[in-house]
Amino acid sequence: MTADTTSLFEPVIRPAGLNGVLVSFGDALSEPGNRAALAFAEAVARDGIDGVEDCAPSLVSVFVQFDPLHLGLDALTARLTDLLAERDWYAAPMPDGRRFIRVPTVYGTDLAPQLEEAAQAAGLSVSDAISQLSDARVRVQTIGFAPGQPYLGLLPDAWDIPRQTALTKAVPGGALVVAIRQFVLFSGSSPTGWRHIGQTHLKLFRPASDAPFFLRPGDEVQFVHVTPDELARHANDPDGGAVIEAIR
Amino acid sequence: MIRALKLHRIAPGASVQDRGRVGYRAFGVSTGGAADPLALAEGAALLAQSTDCAALELPGSGGVFEATAALRIALTGAPMRVALDGVPLVWNASHAMPAGARLEIGGATSGSYGYLHVGGGFDLPQQLGSRSAHLAAGIGAVVQAGDTLPIAEDRGQAVGFCLPLDNRFDGGILRLIQSFQTDLFEAATRERFTDTPFSRDARANRMGMRLDSEGEGFATSVGLNILSESILPGDIQITGDGTPYLLLWESQTTGGYPRIATVIPADLPRAVQTPAGGVLRFRFVTRDEALEAERKRRDHLRALPKLRTPLVRDPSQIRDLLRYQLISGVTAGDSQDEEE
Repeated sequence: MTADTTSLFEPVIRPAGLNGVLVSFGDALSEPGNRAALAFAEAVARDGIDGVEDCAPSLVSVFVQFDPLHLGLDALTARLTDLLAERDWYAAPMPDGRRFIRVPTVYGTDLAPQLEEAAQAAGLSVSDAISQLSDARVRVQTIGFAPGQPYLGLLPDAWDIPRQTALTKAVPGGALVVAIRQFVLFSGSSPTGWRHIGQTHLKLFRPASDAPFFLRPGDEVQFVHVTPDELARHANDPDGGAVIEAIR
Repeated sequence: MIRALKLHRIAPGASVQDRGRVGYRAFGVSTGGAADPLALAEGAALLAQSTDCAALELPGSGGVFEATAALRIALTGAPMRVALDGVPLVWNASHAMPAGARLEIGGATSGSYGYLHVGGGFDLPQQLGSRSAHLAAGIGAVVQAGDTLPIAEDRGQAVGFCLPLDNRFDGGILRLIQSFQTDLFEAATRERFTDTPFSRDARANRMGMRLDSEGEGFATSVGLNILSESILPGDIQITGDGTPYLLLWESQTTGGYPRIATVIPADLPRAVQTPAGGVLRFRFVTRDEALEAERKRRDHLRALPKLRTPLVRDPSQIRDLLRYQLISGVTAGDSQDEEE
């Protein structure tokens, strides 16, 4: 499998603005590409290249921010090319310290009004939709867009549904939305083009805390179906009733 | 006595800002910080203090302020009508503000963001290594009338200096470099983009600004199916209906809309300061030209302390200035009531 995926996409390094480069491990979302992005971002951070200011993985790419007057684009590209050659990044292990987190979630009802519409787009009955979404064990592929906010996947094929053409004006923090075989769990109130199918009480970003970000790339999550009454019991728990265990 | 600034009245959206946060992109937190970093540096130069000091960012207009102790202040960014106990002050300059004095800052005469700096800087608690409010992320918040902002100890003494006021407050030409999605747009679309005058829409905030133009939009054939990728300040994303949005320091960290190009860092202060309705045009430059502009930008920042000159006090000029400013000061008060 690894050999196949490697031959599918040679990593590419491209400038991003004046002070960034993007190292891409795919032009579509894939498990090996995501694995490569997470591991390569760690490797760049560990490498401590003089002039590199920040480094962050997204779904299947790594953004490297640098000082272009201190470190030339060519020199940075050369160093990143060497790093790319060091191993098969598509077969890299997941980050250490991963956790499996079960998050109580209400599907549908007035808390998450687009479940029916999303089920229809996926060609499923509402009850089949709930069981597929609630049974899925998805992984945090990247954190981005807003503080601590995860993209999670991949969902079963049926959920390869497009984004809406129009934006939903606002979903609340803790909203679970779906599109293109992925969930996004919102850290705060936000407009979105994805469909709002579930609601949790999880607080993903806690700015005043010593550990401000609840989820990390590589963590696995299951959004367990509960009733609105059951969810309400977790309203004052920043973890929203989540049950956390280490992945060994 | 506690050194602080009382806010009797304040423009909607005003917030405390420093240089923002670097290193949290992997956690979904963009840099944020002062919308016009050059104005932040000018304030530090005028007060001869660290560029890490936090200032008060004033979008569009100011407010009414009172010092609880003798302070040094500096005023930079978008020029605004200003008076201390009724006496007009020079913009882009530093001044002494006695305890109990009343500082009134009115509407911007050009530009978008004005800055009120204090000697020592505003002493808000740091979160993720910065005192900046990150409004999109929910870190900190806008300031409110009735707030009292604590001020750190001030070791400096310099006041009565000014810096030349530049011309970045009325739109103009912004230089672009290609980015990794530029070639998703057809050459003809990119050409039309640089041939088009844009008007800054009233819809703008610290995250970004919408750019309006006549004629058809700038959509790409790849549509809305590209992967979400990292966003840099200065990126111009094209939304589904073909409208360009210039993304700024407080933007989301990733996004799925294609980006046609990136405004170079040297031109971001001009971009941010363009007032609603201001006209912007774009021009592609080579990477070498962009690097040269970046060198000049940093040289200018380093030279700011040397560029400041003592405020000249010519009594005959002050009398004229006083009469002129007092009249416009009354007008400023009226228009501010309308705005708030």
